[in-house]
Amino acid sequence: MASIILPASPSESRPGRFGIYGGRYVPETLVAALTELEREYEIAKADAAFQAELNALLTDYAGRPTPLYFAQRLTESLGGAKIYLKREDLLHTGAHKINNSLGQGLLARRMGKKRVIAETGAGQHGVATASACALLGLDCVIYMGDVDMERQELNVMRMRLLGAEVRGVSSGSKTLKDAISEAMRDWVTNVRTTYYLLGSALGAHPYPTMVRDFHRVISKEMKRQILEKEGRLPSAVIACVGGGSNAIGAFYEFIPDRQVRLIGVEAGGRGTVLGEHAARFQGGAPGVLQGTYSYVLQDEDGQIALTHSVSAGLDYASIGPEHAMLHDTGRAEYVSQDDAAALDAVVKLARTEGILPALESAHAVAEAIRVAPTLPARDILVVNLSGRGDKDMGILARELKLQGI
Amino acid sequence: MPIRFDHKPGLVVYLTAGDPSLEATREIALAAVDAGADVIELGVPFSDPLADGPIIQRASERALARGTRLKDVLALARDLRAARPAAGLVMFSYLNPILRYGLGRFADDAASAGADGVLATDLIVEEAAEYLAEMNRVHLAPIFLAAPTSPDERLQAIAAHSKGFVYAISRTGITGKQQNLTADAAALAARIRRWTRSDGKGLPVAVGFGISNADHVAQVAEFADAAVVGSSIVELIERSTPETAAGAVARFIKGLRAPASALAR
Repeated sequence: MASIILPASPSESRPGRFGIYGGRYVPETLVAALTELEREYEIAKADAAFQAELNALLTDYAGRPTPLYFAQRLTESLGGAKIYLKREDLLHTGAHKINNSLGQGLLARRMGKKRVIAETGAGQHGVATASACALLGLDCVIYMGDVDMERQELNVMRMRLLGAEVRGVSSGSKTLKDAISEAMRDWVTNVRTTYYLLGSALGAHPYPTMVRDFHRVISKEMKRQILEKEGRLPSAVIACVGGGSNAIGAFYEFIPDRQVRLIGVEAGGRGTVLGEHAARFQGGAPGVLQGTYSYVLQDEDGQIALTHSVSAGLDYASIGPEHAMLHDTGRAEYVSQDDAAALDAVVKLARTEGILPALESAHAVAEAIRVAPTLPARDILVVNLSGRGDKDMGILARELKLQGI
Repeated sequence: MPIRFDHKPGLVVYLTAGDPSLEATREIALAAVDAGADVIELGVPFSDPLADGPIIQRASERALARGTRLKDVLALARDLRAARPAAGLVMFSYLNPILRYGLGRFADDAASAGADGVLATDLIVEEAAEYLAEMNRVHLAPIFLAAPTSPDERLQAIAAHSKGFVYAISRTGITGKQQNLTADAAALAARIRRWTRSDGKGLPVAVGFGISNADHVAQVAEFADAAVVGSSIVELIERSTPETAAGAVARFIKGLRAPASALAR
């Protein structure tokens, strides 16, 4: 009989499962690499020297800890709950993504891999990974959908300047999903020499766990900072959810604190019809996409649906498996904000606070703008401002001009 | 019906169902069997075929653009079974269309259509408990992939849980044509055989990915039971008209085995 023990059922608890979600649904060629990655990550995680090197980079290179900023003018303009912003947008390279890129970059070097590949949607993970690879002396290839290369052109130039090769992906919807498929095809082909630096809390085990671990620092800092400033925990933590890396990082340390609402904001796009949005919990069904079992926007034949969002980083048909579990257990709530609300939130935050958020993060700001006036002034909302909006100037100029701003 | 490789070497032919049309796939599959294919793998087109190279990606896009659905591919399987009772017939799919259809319902319908086996590209043995139970319930052969990167303990599990044949991937990579077979293929087949022979079942080993011509097939014949030919045939269909595709595929398949037959004499 085989030495590999099969579980009695998919719901049986085992590593890489979040309730019934997660797992490892990949072509056989990748299994050995995922097993090696899982083993090396566990060793590195327990290695004080690895953690010390990562912490030094997060502090001196990336700019941690990031401030927890009381958005007083935004709060006063809305008249309700106090709104704090966790300023991940102030990190080096402009978004939370650098937390994970540095962590996995160190892991790649430790594993002796000289070549790193990654996918990117908005380009923030690509820029963070290109930067980490430049810093660590690793070759870097970034896959990016043609649609995203066009709408996030500034980040394409940044990646190239940082020494990365950016490969356009022209298949399917030409966005994040297709970039992941192409990166996985590269990895299957070059698996013996290449490290796949996945940028969201997605994909096959151990990625969802590992990426979450590298972003846990967000909620660790948030918790300490809000206790220092307010002496109590927030009423809610709000974060946008594409694949779900910034949200799981912002939620994780609060999961045991049942009084803290965890609110994930998906992209409502431009309509509720399949294909017009990326709200997986409003129209998606459990399924397997790109290595993991989670909620997936799909048609009745199990073909993956097209998605739309004004923000490239939220424009994805599936969602990290830990979010699927938090959704089903009710521990986290998932809502959506559409393109127009996100654009309004960009303008509102820019003009009340002098902060230009990324279009992704603006979805979380939009939810705070909606919910704050409904809550008493003693309530505290913490919004994870996952990225800055410089990359979106082209889209903003076009979209806001249409609105006459 | 058990999958058998009556010819030496055995030939498994992959077709993307619905490319260029279901009717054309039917004609091509019948011609392939008559030309000497032992097993037809009916590929269910999927929107995100991450294990496939450009040729099968394009075929999947064409099939989906024509509205090909899993239920249509099951109906095609039923039709082929009725027309060629002795041919091996394997449903080849990514997992999500099967899950969406319903694992139990898929098992029932594939078995009742007359399929012999199922291969799910992105399903590995550790995740396959429920799938294996369903396959075994309806007596469909679960066929798993084995890769050059698979360590021996995985090959042992793959051999133990596979029926029909073990599908050995010739190289690290995605589907597509290639110039030369790598040394990976023979080494992998030899490692798999340690387990397929030791358990007494004598499960055949079929080698696929990049098998593009008669030389490749002849090489595979030296160390495995069968060759799987996919992208070369799918590309041939792409370059043919719906009217000429079946004839072109039949000629290609006959040519694949010609030198090996000559060697056998």
